[in-house]
Amino acid sequence: MASSSDSSTPRGEPWVWFTGLGLIIGLGMVLGLLTLVILNGVTVFWAPQVPVAQVDDGRTIIGQLAQRRIRAGSTAENPRYERQYQVGLRELNGNSYLWVDETKIKTEVFPADVLGLERVEHGPAFVRPQSLRKSDGKVVPITDPAFESALQAEVAAAAAVREKFEEITRHRIGDVNHEMDEARVALRRAEDLKLADEIAVRRRQIDGLEERFVVLKAEAQKIVNGGAVAVLDSKDAAGREVAIPLTQIVRAWFPNRLDTWGRTQLFASRLGEFIFDEPREANTEGGLMPAIFGTLVMTVFMSLLVTPFGVITAIYLREYAQNGPILRVVRISVNNLAGVPSIVFGVFGLGFFVYVLGGSIDQLFFSDQLKYNNNTPVFGTGGLLWCSLTLALMTLPVVIVATEEALAAVPRGMREASLATGASKWQTIRDILLPASAPGILTGVILAMARGAGEVAPLMLVGVVKLAPTLPFDGNAPFLHLDRKFMHLGFHVYDLGFQSPDSDAARPMVFATTLLLIVLIVCLNLGAITIRNRLRARFKGASF
Amino acid sequence: MSQIMNPPSSSRIKVRPATEREGRKDYITIKDYGFWYGQKKALDAISLDIPERQVIAFIGPSGCGKSTLLRNLNRMNDLVDGISHEGDITINGRSIYDPGLEVISLRRRVGMVFQKSNPFPKSVFENVVYALRVVGVRDRAVLEEACETSLRKAALWDEVKDRLDDSALGLSGGQMQRLCIARAIANRPEILLMDEPCSALDPIATGKIEELIHELKEQFTIVIVTHSMQQAARVSDRTAFFYLGKQIEYDTTEKIFMNPSQAQTEAYISGRFG
Repeated sequence: MASSSDSSTPRGEPWVWFTGLGLIIGLGMVLGLLTLVILNGVTVFWAPQVPVAQVDDGRTIIGQLAQRRIRAGSTAENPRYERQYQVGLRELNGNSYLWVDETKIKTEVFPADVLGLERVEHGPAFVRPQSLRKSDGKVVPITDPAFESALQAEVAAAAAVREKFEEITRHRIGDVNHEMDEARVALRRAEDLKLADEIAVRRRQIDGLEERFVVLKAEAQKIVNGGAVAVLDSKDAAGREVAIPLTQIVRAWFPNRLDTWGRTQLFASRLGEFIFDEPREANTEGGLMPAIFGTLVMTVFMSLLVTPFGVITAIYLREYAQNGPILRVVRISVNNLAGVPSIVFGVFGLGFFVYVLGGSIDQLFFSDQLKYNNNTPVFGTGGLLWCSLTLALMTLPVVIVATEEALAAVPRGMREASLATGASKWQTIRDILLPASAPGILTGVILAMARGAGEVAPLMLVGVVKLAPTLPFDGNAPFLHLDRKFMHLGFHVYDLGFQSPDSDAARPMVFATTLLLIVLIVCLNLGAITIRNRLRARFKGASF
Repeated sequence: MSQIMNPPSSSRIKVRPATEREGRKDYITIKDYGFWYGQKKALDAISLDIPERQVIAFIGPSGCGKSTLLRNLNRMNDLVDGISHEGDITINGRSIYDPGLEVISLRRRVGMVFQKSNPFPKSVFENVVYALRVVGVRDRAVLEEACETSLRKAALWDEVKDRLDDSALGLSGGQMQRLCIARAIANRPEILLMDEPCSALDPIATGKIEELIHELKEQFTIVIVTHSMQQAARVSDRTAFFYLGKQIEYDTTEKIFMNPSQAQTEAYISGRFG
């Protein structure tokens, strides 16, 4: 029997296949995930044709096909399918979605007069319009060729009115409220301390603000009530009359009339709303602007916090600390910190950052606020700052390890050259080692950002909320409000997927939000990688 | 002016006659010096007097301790863990281990050029003036003047004067090594240590650096470690031969190469071992 050592078969070969298999499985899973998310995420905004279907039991359905699946109980050889239609008109139908047995569908046609509507409330609607009562009193019937342009003009006019209304209620009244809150706190303080002058001043200020509030409210009311409201008279699938005021309509389209260009425009308009607008309808509609902004600001702020911390720690560990058992223990601890579940950091963040640190800050700097504003905490509750700090702590080991390795990788010659010219150790670190290890440090920061941006669990404890009334950035000093709660894309995915009252309506948004989160993280990383490559180019040729 | 001789022990080695210049004969004094890396004794009982403004070559086979001794002259070995020494080294009468003498100021007086050229990933200009920057010189005019002077002394000025702001890493190997010499002399040290400065260079670049050493010794005391007998003979005034951490022979270069007193020295120079 030939021993394996003189066999002519190269003995390592099966292992090559084995490792290759690992790569293929890994790549397959990543590509599968991306394909699923991209397909489901992008098609959310694409408007398909909308059928009018006659069902056996006499019902008529107008709705957008949402999904198709094999009925439970049917055999694999002889599958029976059922379809889910998004029929909209939740206020009439009770539910926006409808399952229908495919075999029960008698006819399915795509009439050109089916109109899709996105509405401010009650979700979308699919109707067959009859006529449009314009705001100037004229009535345009569906048969009029000018119907669609008249409808779109009214939709645009209504949108402009809504925007003006929003501007007043949200921003200008918001500003007044903000000033009012401050003035009330100041008044209570003045009353408590019996400062007669101050009390008078504050009372006058509050009166002035109340006056402004009343004026603004009247102005907003005038916008809403001013002028006749256009109404769209339509019939739903069952033939019932439905009158929808145009103020309710965000977007209207004829799904069976649109050409590809029209669908693309609609797609772009919906995508734009998704990215740049604020959410509506329990986050299942509208945009994600606050969540995108919150994720971005939190991640950037976290990177700004973790980088100096990590780099300074690594410099001490690598350059100054005495090699010995203590250093080894510290290194092991740092590495273990990277393996601690993120929720633990959340608990720590809540216990230490929010309650201890935030509580102390409130005691020290916002004691008036606490005393005269019903004990409302400022920093002693979850907020952007604590989220960033918690994630910075969580990603600290990544930056420390990367920086230590980058410092160790700086050629010995460079270090010696600097010391030999009479530079001190600190000068050598500052002028030679840090610039030379900057690409490696940035690699660590990139990894930290990738981990931090996608993290949700700890954030739920230290300041991320389902719906934040205000952005952490606005026109009131100090502009960036680190104490505010904010929205986050990762939490948004969780909230849509598992906390939404209408899970069918939320489903497409889950994919779209996931896709957006992935795109955002890719963009952040690309930015950091670009910076790193620029730095690397400067050190090209430093190969000694 | 060099001359060709054919001594019995070392064929075809050019030896320059020692040039005697004014200056202290015992500028650097190494006395009963021993040095350990941890438990390992790297140097044993070294005693040398190095005169001012001369070129002294350290020769010997690999691991003989010549680089260790050189790196102790500016205390670069302080970077290594677990070192210890006995005896003393004085420069101009003052011990380099004097507790009142800061290592940094010692290194500012004792420049060093390494085996591998090690320019910083900065511009040519910033490389040269680095030693001035670390002592806090900010005046642009002073820096520019020092840069030009050093580069001229290092015979590099004409080649790089138009690309002072380009990265030093774009220079050729020989240029990089001359840049490192310019950097080492920019803050006008008194002593220049060279650790096999030409071992990674081609003969033309080597020739340029050797010429440079001739010119530099007018101002600096130069200690050079080399593996090339020819180079030691060409550039040095005095030569020390080390073997296994011990100093075997130290004399004028002429004497070492023409008429060594120790059999080991003769064997090494003639290439019979090492």
